[in-house]
Amino acid sequence: MTDRTTGPDQMTGATPDNGMRNANRANGKPGPMLSADGTPLKRSLRRAQRRQKIRALMLIAPLLIFVLLTFIAPIADMLFRSVQNQIVSDTLPRTVASLERWDGQSGEVPDEQTFRALYLDMFIAAERKEHTRLGSRLNYELTGVSSLFRRTGRDVDDFGEVYEDAFNDLDPKWEDPTTWARILGSADWVGEAEGAEAPGPDFELRDDVASYLPLTAELYGIFAEFIQTEDGDSPMEEEPWTLVYTALYWDLQRQGFAYSGPEADLVRAAAQAASGFENVSLKALFIDSDKDWGDPEVWATIKTYAPEYTPGYFLNAVDRQLTPDGVEKRPANEQIYGILFQRTIFMSLTITISCILLGYPVAYILANLPMRTANLLMILVLLPFWTSLLVRTSAWKVMLQQQGVINDTLVWLGLVDDASRLVMINNQFGTIVAMTHILLPFMILPLYSVMATIPPSYVRASKSLGATNWTTFWRVYFPQSVPGIGAGSILVFILSIGYYITPEIVGGTTGTFISNRIAYHISSSLNWGLAAALGSILLAVVLILYYLYDRIVGIDNVKLGG
Amino acid sequence: MKLTKTLLASAAAVTGIAGLAYAQDMSNEMTIVSWGGAYQNSQQKAYVEPYVANNSGVSVTWDESSNEAVAKLRAMNEAGNITWDLVDVVAADAIRLCDEGLAMEVDFNEMLAEGDDGSSAEDDFGDLLVSDCFIPQIVYSTTAAYRADLLPDGAPAPDSICAMFDLETYPGKRALEKRPINNMEWALLCDGVAKDEIYDVLGTEEGQQQALDKLDTIKDQTVWWSAAAEPPQLLADGEVIMASSYNGRWFSAIEEQDQDFKMLWDAQVFDLDGWIIPAGLDEASLNRVKDFVRFATDTQRLADQAAYISYGPARASSAPLVGKHADLGIEMGPHMPTAPENSKNVFVYNYEFWADYRDDIDAKFQSWLAQ
Amino acid sequence: MSDTTEGAFVEFSRVQKSYDGETLVVKDLNLTMPKGEFLTMLGPSGSGKTTCLMMLAGFETATHGEILLDGKPINNIPPHKRGIGMVFQNYALFPHMTVAENLSFPLEVRKIGKSDREAKVKRALDMVQMGAFGGRRPAQLSGGQQQRIALARALVFEPELVLMDEPLGALDKQLREHMQFEITNLAHSLGITTVYVTHDQTEALTMSDRVAVFDDGRIQQLAPPDQLYEAPQNSFVAQFIGENNTLTGTVTEVNGEFCKVKLDDGEVIDAKAVNIDGVGSKTQVSIRPERVEYNSERMAEGVHTIKAEVLEFIYMGDIFRTRLRVAGKDDFVIKTRNAPDQVRLKRGQQIEIGWLPSDCHALDA
Repeated sequence: MTDRTTGPDQMTGATPDNGMRNANRANGKPGPMLSADGTPLKRSLRRAQRRQKIRALMLIAPLLIFVLLTFIAPIADMLFRSVQNQIVSDTLPRTVASLERWDGQSGEVPDEQTFRALYLDMFIAAERKEHTRLGSRLNYELTGVSSLFRRTGRDVDDFGEVYEDAFNDLDPKWEDPTTWARILGSADWVGEAEGAEAPGPDFELRDDVASYLPLTAELYGIFAEFIQTEDGDSPMEEEPWTLVYTALYWDLQRQGFAYSGPEADLVRAAAQAASGFENVSLKALFIDSDKDWGDPEVWATIKTYAPEYTPGYFLNAVDRQLTPDGVEKRPANEQIYGILFQRTIFMSLTITISCILLGYPVAYILANLPMRTANLLMILVLLPFWTSLLVRTSAWKVMLQQQGVINDTLVWLGLVDDASRLVMINNQFGTIVAMTHILLPFMILPLYSVMATIPPSYVRASKSLGATNWTTFWRVYFPQSVPGIGAGSILVFILSIGYYITPEIVGGTTGTFISNRIAYHISSSLNWGLAAALGSILLAVVLILYYLYDRIVGIDNVKLGG
Repeated sequence: MKLTKTLLASAAAVTGIAGLAYAQDMSNEMTIVSWGGAYQNSQQKAYVEPYVANNSGVSVTWDESSNEAVAKLRAMNEAGNITWDLVDVVAADAIRLCDEGLAMEVDFNEMLAEGDDGSSAEDDFGDLLVSDCFIPQIVYSTTAAYRADLLPDGAPAPDSICAMFDLETYPGKRALEKRPINNMEWALLCDGVAKDEIYDVLGTEEGQQQALDKLDTIKDQTVWWSAAAEPPQLLADGEVIMASSYNGRWFSAIEEQDQDFKMLWDAQVFDLDGWIIPAGLDEASLNRVKDFVRFATDTQRLADQAAYISYGPARASSAPLVGKHADLGIEMGPHMPTAPENSKNVFVYNYEFWADYRDDIDAKFQSWLAQ
Repeated sequence: MSDTTEGAFVEFSRVQKSYDGETLVVKDLNLTMPKGEFLTMLGPSGSGKTTCLMMLAGFETATHGEILLDGKPINNIPPHKRGIGMVFQNYALFPHMTVAENLSFPLEVRKIGKSDREAKVKRALDMVQMGAFGGRRPAQLSGGQQQRIALARALVFEPELVLMDEPLGALDKQLREHMQFEITNLAHSLGITTVYVTHDQTEALTMSDRVAVFDDGRIQQLAPPDQLYEAPQNSFVAQFIGENNTLTGTVTEVNGEFCKVKLDDGEVIDAKAVNIDGVGSKTQVSIRPERVEYNSERMAEGVHTIKAEVLEFIYMGDIFRTRLRVAGKDDFVIKTRNAPDQVRLKRGQQIEIGWLPSDCHALDA
């Protein structure tokens, strides 16, 4: 024997035996179960499982990323539009800021200062061609804003002409673009830009010019950047916007004006003369351009929709309206979404129930026929899938219209008088018939696959126990087919709630769905915010119904197959 | 970058002098969006085929998406990937696209050819230039037609749009488009509002209610259509006794399919259809599109299109050149909405008004329909 | 057992069944059962035994012939009015009902009052020792437990006839043996008439009063288990029930109960004439492996011996199993008890084996 102390039994490291011994020791008293290497069992189990989880995750990662990028993200983005409203504050930043001081309840138009802000914003927006877009946006809330913005966008160019003329008359040097460039541009930039090919180097403001001529510097900067990037022109060659002349006039009029820098004499002379210039009221110019600018409601609407996020679309979607006085109900003759939501849900439920009533017997027969016959019949069930939706829907028109096949047959049989043919299309009835037909396979397929897994021995057992055919069906067969009904109903209901082609064609006025309005706002009115709000509400309704279904029936009671 | 621009500028100067349009860098592929059907076919025959014959190597792809062009262009613009080069839209959509900054503004005199009679493009198109982005092609109209055989015995042949609202003389169903535009005007006209006051009245709450009240009298007897192919079908099936649709649809039903319909030109509403160029095209595509549009909107080409479909050319100078139908061989002149015989009483789609009031009146109209 | 139809509880009379109109699945079936009997229908699959059971239950109709229950023809009575309890192969317990609801179901459809119902359900559950499981769902029970519930459900409405269609097929061996015992006990103590279908011969032998061996749509033999084993009526039964050695040969002489058979290799042996056509006919001679002796000391007087070569000797604990070449056939098996004085054979060993002529049955070829 040796005197070494580390035989197999003396090893103190992590051996399976030691781990077990530790675990045994630990068993006596409360403590974590240890694995062979001494780490708590739970942790090593977690580690082992984590590796498996990561592996599983990596396997589904391509699909997950695909779905996220192509499905979830665009939908989330679309739904997010229902609250987004940056367009107002982005397009009219100065106006929005200035309107904060204005009391919307006063019933008076904002002061000259706000009109000056609007002039700056509107001029820049018109140059960037963004004003009509904002006009369209605000027109959703107040009729007439669209043309107001379009008209004023055309006129706003002329508002500052009086100052341009005044400066040019004072000294022809003001007509020379290089004068402006030298006053406002940094010496380095001027040096580089002179003689350079348009658009020249990026414009740089002179360091201290902003302290003497703050507004002029800001707007000239915007002007220079705009013509360089958009038009490819150089500020050395382009006369500034009339807006910049106006800004200079305002700067010169400022209390305690002082200036030092290039063209100091010219600027000081202009400052001297400026007090003698004709002072135009922008308020008057705007109202002159369109009298609606004198309407406090226009201003109140701009102020109400100034925030970057708005509940406005959602309120519209529930027949409410965000007004300067708070949330109001829309006038009765404009309410439509409440009716449409109710109708959509009611008709979807009706369609689902008719699908159950019509599909159940068919699925039952399919499930109880020999395989060959069942497959043949299944083809008939699936046949509608192979024809275009439009063709199917149009076929229903031919069938159901007043001069259609069914009416002709009824008249021929003498069941219906020729003068009082039945109205079966362009109403709810037509929509329900056509959509039941289209969605029926979505009911039959899950029903069939559930029924096919119900062993015939249950029915036999029930009969052997003394139950009649009806009792057997109702107490034994039917309860086991409920998961199929559940799956089919969810499919049919969710599909029908979002349908719009069929209701559009055969729905007439009383058979249209909320989706028809969503489609209209997406493709015709371009009111995507409202469409997104309607879509979000629809999604929420579906999720709530799904939740209720889970609570009442249990979601584990849904089976798409054995 | 600077160099290429200089080169391009000088090349442009040279071509300006020499008048050689093809010196520019041009893409050889073009995707044109239109409405499909007979209309697109007329464009293919009158514009594209002669253009491709002159410019071998150019290939044109059609996309039949005009009815959803506005939404699609907006989506493309947001995705930053414009795949269309030229889009055929109605004027109202063109205005919307222009407002949204999705269509390119056009300098008409610079881009379009002069008229045959030497008039400038702007003069030749005249009032039809309703938007800075919109290059008109055709004038079409929304008008009514009826079936004489379905009218009650002894009823006089209708000569006014108000027959649409006269259930006593003309009992039976009628078909109207499922939107307020045109219907509201007709309703007011037939409710006694003078023609030149209609938009003033329609601009007020009371006026809108008045129009809806008038429409309410025929609501039960009206089938509302949303695709222009429906009304000729409804009339042919005898589902309705009179209907509104586009005059080209009526022409093809009556002349090409021998349906026994009668046109009711009274109070037809003129509308325009034309091209817009999507904003943000690359230089080569833009050059090709400009070249094509200059060709496709010249006096002769616009007149040629009328040989395939009964829509009036948008240029004044094209009118005298309108000839016979390419297949049927009938004179097209009398079938044009602009023919003097047909245009005794016309409306012109009021773009400005509807741009403002469309959302508002549409909400009221749809709410009225749903109730 | 009585062969007359008088007093028969269940009777099949000239019953035929065809599914496709071309072949008969059941051919001319005649069977009578007295009250209280436990009868097993045994046979390979496709032999017609399950079809017979289903005809009795009413799920299939006889193409020809009559089925009588307690003297009354039942051909036109729908299954739910026959009052026959049935246990299915996979139990067919309704999965959406609890155990108690399953048991209560046949009582409810019979419109039995609630308190009565509860009492009967409790009694039936106690009977199968499942009293505590009334609130569970079938899916929460083990196979054996489900089996008991299925049994209780078939018995709870006190039917006079119970049919069982391979009810133990899904259980493991130990449980199966235990349940065989329980089912027979229950059936006998309640005095129920039982028709039991199985393809497992052990099950048939251990449980039944009588066994009907089915093959090719006919009953090949209907007899108590011991007769079936010891006196098979034909070579199918001899082969199907238990282990069996067959030797082929020709009948050369018939002496009343016995006959002489000349085997294919020329050897002549004595056999019991059970099912032969007379002298000159071909026959299969059947000998059970445990009735063959090779230890000359244990061999009885007057036993005819025959040469054999040991091909294989397998030690199986309680017995030895030896494969021999006999009369040119090398699948002749003998079984000998493992006794202290027993000789263990070696491979290649030449021995003499013998048996009593009464253990050797000459059957149809």
